[in-house]
Amino acid sequence: MIDFELSQEIQNTRLLIHSVAEGMMRPISREFDEREHEKPWDFLNTMWEASRSAGGTMLAGSSGGSKKEKDKPSERNLAAAVTIEELSWGDAGLYLSIPNAALGGAAVAAAGTPEQKKRFLARFGEGEPKWGAMAITEPGCGSDSAAITTTVRRDGDQWVINGTKIFVTSGLMAAEKSDGFVVVWATLDRSVGRAGIKAFVVERGTPGMTVTKIEKKMGIRASDTAMIAFEDCRIPLDNILGDAEIRQTTEGFKGVMATFDATRPAVAASAIGIGRAAVDFVRDALAKEGVQIRYGVAPTRLTTLERDFMEMEANLQAARLLTWRASWMMDHGMRNNLEASMAKAKAGLAVTHVTQKAVELLGPLGYSRKLLLEKWMRDAKINDIFEGTQQINLLIVARRILDYSSRELN
Amino acid sequence: MAGFEPSEEQKLIRHTIAEFAQEQIRPLAHDADENGEVPADLIQQGWEIGLVQSAIPQEYNGFGEQRSIVTETLIAEELAWGDLSIALHLLAPRLIAFPVLEMGTAEQKQSVLPAYTGEKFCAGSSALTEPRFDFDATELKTTARSNGGSYVLSGRKCFVPLGDQSEHILVYAQTSDGPAAFIVDRNTPGFKVVEREQNMGIKALATHEIALEDCHVPASARLGGEGQLDYHKLLNYSRIGLAALAVGVARAAFEYARDYAKDRQAFGVAIARKQAIAFMLAEMAIEIDASRLLAWEAAWKLDRGEDATREAYLAKNYAANMALKVTDNALQVLGGHGYIREHPVELWVRNARGFATFDGLVMV
Repeated sequence: MIDFELSQEIQNTRLLIHSVAEGMMRPISREFDEREHEKPWDFLNTMWEASRSAGGTMLAGSSGGSKKEKDKPSERNLAAAVTIEELSWGDAGLYLSIPNAALGGAAVAAAGTPEQKKRFLARFGEGEPKWGAMAITEPGCGSDSAAITTTVRRDGDQWVINGTKIFVTSGLMAAEKSDGFVVVWATLDRSVGRAGIKAFVVERGTPGMTVTKIEKKMGIRASDTAMIAFEDCRIPLDNILGDAEIRQTTEGFKGVMATFDATRPAVAASAIGIGRAAVDFVRDALAKEGVQIRYGVAPTRLTTLERDFMEMEANLQAARLLTWRASWMMDHGMRNNLEASMAKAKAGLAVTHVTQKAVELLGPLGYSRKLLLEKWMRDAKINDIFEGTQQINLLIVARRILDYSSRELN
Repeated sequence: MAGFEPSEEQKLIRHTIAEFAQEQIRPLAHDADENGEVPADLIQQGWEIGLVQSAIPQEYNGFGEQRSIVTETLIAEELAWGDLSIALHLLAPRLIAFPVLEMGTAEQKQSVLPAYTGEKFCAGSSALTEPRFDFDATELKTTARSNGGSYVLSGRKCFVPLGDQSEHILVYAQTSDGPAAFIVDRNTPGFKVVEREQNMGIKALATHEIALEDCHVPASARLGGEGQLDYHKLLNYSRIGLAALAVGVARAAFEYARDYAKDRQAFGVAIARKQAIAFMLAEMAIEIDASRLLAWEAAWKLDRGEDATREAYLAKNYAANMALKVTDNALQVLGGHGYIREHPVELWVRNARGFATFDGLVMV
């Protein structure tokens, strides 16, 4: 069925999250953008308490769900998309800094054994706030993740990791400041490319894992983005993600890559929240000035401002519907590699444009740090880049529509 | 609950139309454009599918089926994928039949609808667009002046499909209390077909400029009788239809360019393996899907009885811009060959450009 109505449950969740966004996030938004390396503990603690009572599933972006009603398809991913949009409408940086298993947790959920899932994920339902993180990118490689140089070797009953990771979201919180963990991609053998790459869980406090830098960023400043050094970092053999079979083949790499099919729509949703913040703000500002947006008038007779604004609205809605579709497919067990990448590519591009245009349309007001509009433009841009750049997502879309392997089109 | 896939029934309908488009429409599209004419056999074949009769109640000899705007967008997309001119020709009778069906008085339905449920195709049309560079459907310059028990229509209309062969034409005009529509019989004095238009695209579709010079029509010709017409709803239907048609045209171009790019070799490989080309194709695919979803959402709102003015308008403009960009890029992918009329891509560009201007022209 073609249907754009969200279930009552999702609508109720959205209302609730919106009040969190408006009441708790917006008031501290500017403060934690300016005070980049401080954490809003009141907010983080509140969110942690709330998510624990929700079973720790609020922000999960993985396929399937533990809370499925019998015979009813899961709504988990669509609900996550709506929730994430709303939180990001509040503040994308604050959203990213919410204690959560996040990408690291998604990797464990996607590739871990049942024992590993328990060992690493159960903690997110209890105790003090915790963070999970994923460390892939290195100074010398981002998109080309198969070319990572962080190495891992076996030494008796331990793995030993050496290398440097950068751009680890919540890296500081996960590696040092909470009882969390970092999932690290490392290679057993560079000469075999993807087949040598495996994911390893490094728990907080493990000797040899050190946060060496917290980045100063254009936006999403409330989120800590860390450089992490691994020097003879030793972890138990049991900390390699996945079972023996996964460990023998490229399945491990593919398995973790597949988590991106679930997390890309989530990133798109976050972008859309930021974009909507900008569109909502511009709409209200124009209405206050008595500027009309005339839907129905011949497009060539619109003012430039109307035309630009409508383009913002339409592009945002297009991005949203593509994202909902990708999430819905995930909920229904449909392979959504193409649709997830379409959503991410479109959302990143559209929201970059929307937020940049919003600043332009509001002239001196748009440019001022007294308003949040300029912050949203700074926050938006990263969505065009992380978790698969626009160009990588276009490449994935191209491969799917052309039925080409990564060897045939790169 | 949210869903992004057509129902099984809708898939069946879409498949039927898609098959018709592929096997009957597409092979004739090129010659139809060159000759400026749609073959009569094809028109009759299209008629037999029931594109007009389906939604007309059985009391007027129609099939009496429930009209779903979402389903209509699926149909429109497939027909346009075949050929836009042919699609518009086959759908033209709806331009009068559907507004009468939905908003006509009992007498109007009785007098108009039976003509569109017969064995053979019966041309019908509407006249909305006016030949001014700054035409705006929300500010019609064609007027309908009240004159006792009748109205006097004055003005000029263009882009009237099948203007010279339609029995009834629904003429949109401005009255003292807002826009209205009038069922005009082609033989009415003061109603004149000025000429068959010569358009950049949609050349197989006969469109006409018409003049209304002191054209007297009875009050009974006013759609829905005295009182305000839900004009914006009719505009919304047409805009959603145009969005869906645009998606069909764009998709045809994208698929053709994609297949060409996989075949054509340059620098030792298929050009589809070069990023510049691959990225163009990827963006085309994304924008086609995006446009379709926007059109579906607007259609879905109408199916729920909600106002969709904003959504239909945004969807139409988005799809119009998208269709031009996609078809233009498709031509670019074919390089010099894209410029030659042996390939259909330049036709699709010429057709696509029209969507920015088209209003009315289709009913869903």
